[in-house]
Amino acid sequence: MSGVPFDHLLLMATGLFLLGLVGLLVRRNVLFMLISIEVMLNAAGLAFVAAGARWQAADGQVMFLFILTMAAAEVAVGLALVLQLVRRYRTLDADEYRLLGRS
Amino acid sequence: MELATYLAGGVALLATVLVITRTDAVHALLYFIVSLFAVAVVFLLLGAPFVAALEVIVYAGAIMVLFVFVIMLLGMGPAAKLVERSWLPRGIWLGPGLLTLILGVLLAWVLGQSDLAVPTGRTVVGPHEVATTLWGPYLLGIEIAALLLLAGLVGAFDLAVRERRPPPGWERERS
Repeated sequence: MSGVPFDHLLLMATGLFLLGLVGLLVRRNVLFMLISIEVMLNAAGLAFVAAGARWQAADGQVMFLFILTMAAAEVAVGLALVLQLVRRYRTLDADEYRLLGRS
Repeated sequence: MELATYLAGGVALLATVLVITRTDAVHALLYFIVSLFAVAVVFLLLGAPFVAALEVIVYAGAIMVLFVFVIMLLGMGPAAKLVERSWLPRGIWLGPGLLTLILGVLLAWVLGQSDLAVPTGRTVVGPHEVATTLWGPYLLGIEIAALLLLAGLVGAFDLAVRERRPPPGWERERS
């Protein structure tokens, strides 16, 4: 379809991934940390689909499907954990969650 | 076609910058949905219509709705926005931003050294090819994905339903 060079697409995926990484490192709110993880997973998916388009194979899209499944499962468990943490500590601040082992 | 791909990629990057800098969780989510739509456009232009549809349905649809529900359950009001702002002083961006910038420049340099600057394919890989590959060589992957989803379902249910009390002494230790 589009004749964009493969390395430009990889650069796009790199940019998205690094933005997610910065968000994960900087944010203290667990909800934003989860969103940043989603950004990073999405960037990985973009790299896979771009590679699939480069070699005109369906494998890249299959890998994207697996990443999608993983992201869905991760987000369900992660958000349930966030709800439990907020119920327990009354805050979204990741720095406050330091007594997990003691209950 | 090329221009549209670059444009969509630029929108995705810009929207993602706004995602990680917002203090309002709902605004961040809306910008993330814009970013996901832009990536879906890139997928469509790359000749992958099936995953473009899935990106919109599963990512922008299901996963983002889950986030919105959790934000509603948490009841983050205007006070949460002020707290969020106090957690993000200007200087906090410097360290992680600089380090990831170095990583990004390095990766861009490595990509420039390699012989990857070939145009991506011009054919559409449709749902039929994806499905035959998925249920052929990747059949075991499907089974594992099903197990993973089941484990996620059970885990999320168990975590969300049970009420747990805070550990004793937590209020005292909180500074």
